Amino acid sequence: MNAHASTRTGKLEYFSYDDQIVRLFVIATVIWGAVALLLGVTIAFQLADWHVNLGLQWTTFGRLRPLHTNAAIFAFCGNAIFAGIYYSHQRLLKARLFNDTLSKIHFWGWQLIIVSAALTLPFGITTGKEYAELEWPIDIAITVIWVVFAVNFFGTIIRRRERHIYVAIWFYIATIITVAVLHIINSLEIPVSIGKSYSLYAGVQDALVQWWYGHNAVAFFLTTPFLGLMYYFVPKAANRPVYSYRLSIIHFWSLVFIYIWAGPHHLLYTTLPEWAQTLGMVFSVALWAPSWGGMINGLLTLRGVWDKVRTDPVLKFMALALTFYGMSTFEGPLLSIKSVNSIAHFTDWIPGHVHAGTIGWNYLLTAGVLYFLVPRLWNTQIYSKALATVQFWTATIGIILYIVSMWIAGISQSLMWRAIDASGKLVYPNFIESVVKIVPMYWVRAIGGTFVLVSFIIMIYNLYKTAKSGNVGKEEVYEAYALDESSIEHGAQPHRKLEGWPMIFAVLSLIAILVGTAIEIVPAVMSKQYITKMDVVKPYTPLEILGRDIYIREGCYLCHSQTVRPMTHEVLRYGKASEAAEFVYDHPFQWGSKRTGPDLARVGGKYPHMWHYRHMWDPREVTPGSIMPRYTWLFTQKIDYGSLPKKMQVMQTLGVPYSKEDIDSSVANAQAQAEEIRTNLVEAGVPQEVINKEIVPLIAYLQRIGVDYGKSEVTP
Amino acid sequence: MEIIVFLIPLALILGAFFVGCFIWMTKKGQYDDLETPGHRMLLDEHNKVINNNTHKGEL
Repeated sequence: MNAHASTRTGKLEYFSYDDQIVRLFVIATVIWGAVALLLGVTIAFQLADWHVNLGLQWTTFGRLRPLHTNAAIFAFCGNAIFAGIYYSHQRLLKARLFNDTLSKIHFWGWQLIIVSAALTLPFGITTGKEYAELEWPIDIAITVIWVVFAVNFFGTIIRRRERHIYVAIWFYIATIITVAVLHIINSLEIPVSIGKSYSLYAGVQDALVQWWYGHNAVAFFLTTPFLGLMYYFVPKAANRPVYSYRLSIIHFWSLVFIYIWAGPHHLLYTTLPEWAQTLGMVFSVALWAPSWGGMINGLLTLRGVWDKVRTDPVLKFMALALTFYGMSTFEGPLLSIKSVNSIAHFTDWIPGHVHAGTIGWNYLLTAGVLYFLVPRLWNTQIYSKALATVQFWTATIGIILYIVSMWIAGISQSLMWRAIDASGKLVYPNFIESVVKIVPMYWVRAIGGTFVLVSFIIMIYNLYKTAKSGNVGKEEVYEAYALDESSIEHGAQPHRKLEGWPMIFAVLSLIAILVGTAIEIVPAVMSKQYITKMDVVKPYTPLEILGRDIYIREGCYLCHSQTVRPMTHEVLRYGKASEAAEFVYDHPFQWGSKRTGPDLARVGGKYPHMWHYRHMWDPREVTPGSIMPRYTWLFTQKIDYGSLPKKMQVMQTLGVPYSKEDIDSSVANAQAQAEEIRTNLVEAGVPQEVINKEIVPLIAYLQRIGVDYGKSEVTP
Repeated sequence: MEIIVFLIPLALILGAFFVGCFIWMTKKGQYDDLETPGHRMLLDEHNKVINNNTHKGEL
């Protein structure tokens, strides 16, 4: 009996759910998940053995890593979120999705974005900002499709037949709004050409915006939507109400409020002002409470049904996912504490932490959701629970191998970097010593990753066989009373629509306002320079700009940082600690977040041109044991001088003080500087033709990094 | 660094937005009942219409 409905008055309506769109997103999830994991395993092996880079520019680590992260986050997790949201949203609101066409545009638009990522990133078309590498035309496409999603989502809310909005939907709402804000603000850039742009921000500002975005991408793309899914699918699978609805309210509001502040913990000990660092640290530690509130609420929902967890694949995966969520949200605040961060930052501990979350939480929860959805969407039973169990243990072993090897690698590296003997000298002055030491751990990680990939393939097989054994069938009809708003409801369709518009308008105008505000306010705010400028720090020369673009294109920042922290061992190893004023012309900043290789903030002038020449040809010629790939194409590809004037113009628009003559004579200046480097190289025995090749601007840039302040007598 | 002048107000606006949502939702009665919503979401199959021809099969 529908006791609730029987007490209701008003119009009884009949409707059905759009499950076809959910099926499409489910299929896309498994396909992109396999791609993302395959890429992950590939780059893991590349770090274990550089030969796996295959000697091709399109398959080199620096270009594949952004493809891996984008595929994992936006392709795999993105499609999983959309599948789960579209399924649960309709049922929680007793309403069909707002518009079937919008759903289809959403689906195909998102897949097109993913394909365009795969067609640009391996070719070095990148903004050089982590997790936001996609260039401006794709950024615009993402914004459009996200608005389509938002309209479809909020439109469904307006047409709902259930007054109360369940906790899962609050998490979805926070996701949609915040991701829009983050994406737009971080992606503000000025185009140079269809495939190239420069970030609106420079140096410290760019770093702050980037990590405000980066951290909240984790928060609002990998956490809140999945928590929403957890709040729907865990109770449904357990057939028990959520442990505490009251706790879910506290959990939600405290999580969304606190998360947004935590970004600066990615920039501890950098030139970001101390107070901003402390703010980030405090909020990060505070995040522990709401995070664990969510985990506890999820796990305790399973009270009394633990016997089901043993047998039901859905609950099994969800219980483990929640456990990993608890673990990584404990580790996160811990890593945000400055003293812990000084050890862990730039080491392999961080990728270990990230993967505890992405594999342990996102993949496993998605597996649970898929095992829930596929049998229902195809009207059948799970093909093999035994296979699901095999998958469960394969994945678990894989994750543990991954995390543990990265803990060991990270702490080993860090201790070697900071070891100082009694005479005040570095115990391991050659960075390569710390690399060689942890290569065995890279093998363990790659094997762990392979386990995870295998587990995923088992799931695909299991889900395929499940779907094959069932059928899509006809759409079921449901009935529910329309929400009665007294008079407005009486067949007044236009009124109903009018009632709906304010909310859609609210969302659209919020996005519109933020675009407008960002574009108008940011440049104005930026024109005032708060950073005390240093006269010694000069803009890059035209040739160095070309070199810097090659540095960005090859993804050097993914393995090399460009910021020296004010710590004794770093100053001993690299040179003077970095200053904020050094980065004012860096659009985008290139501080990086990982030191697979040494920091490059003071590399300028450290070696002769010939050293760099040989190093880029084959790193092992000058650094035995190096795991860096060869960059042989830099010796055959010609320098793109033609793009220079436009690039300089954009830089000038961004506030870099280039004069009109600088721009007009940029090509001639670049060629003159290239000639100097060529003369130097030819004296060292290099063939004459080198002048036209990309290696020259790259050397020019490398020789410039950190020189202005690093080699000056200026003190902070 | 001046971007902080923009980001902090933005963080506050986002925060205020969520607090505003909270107050609005509370006033709308979303939190009046902290027991049944958890149970109700489990019952979303109960309004399935069994007999499509008559549209009357209430479970």
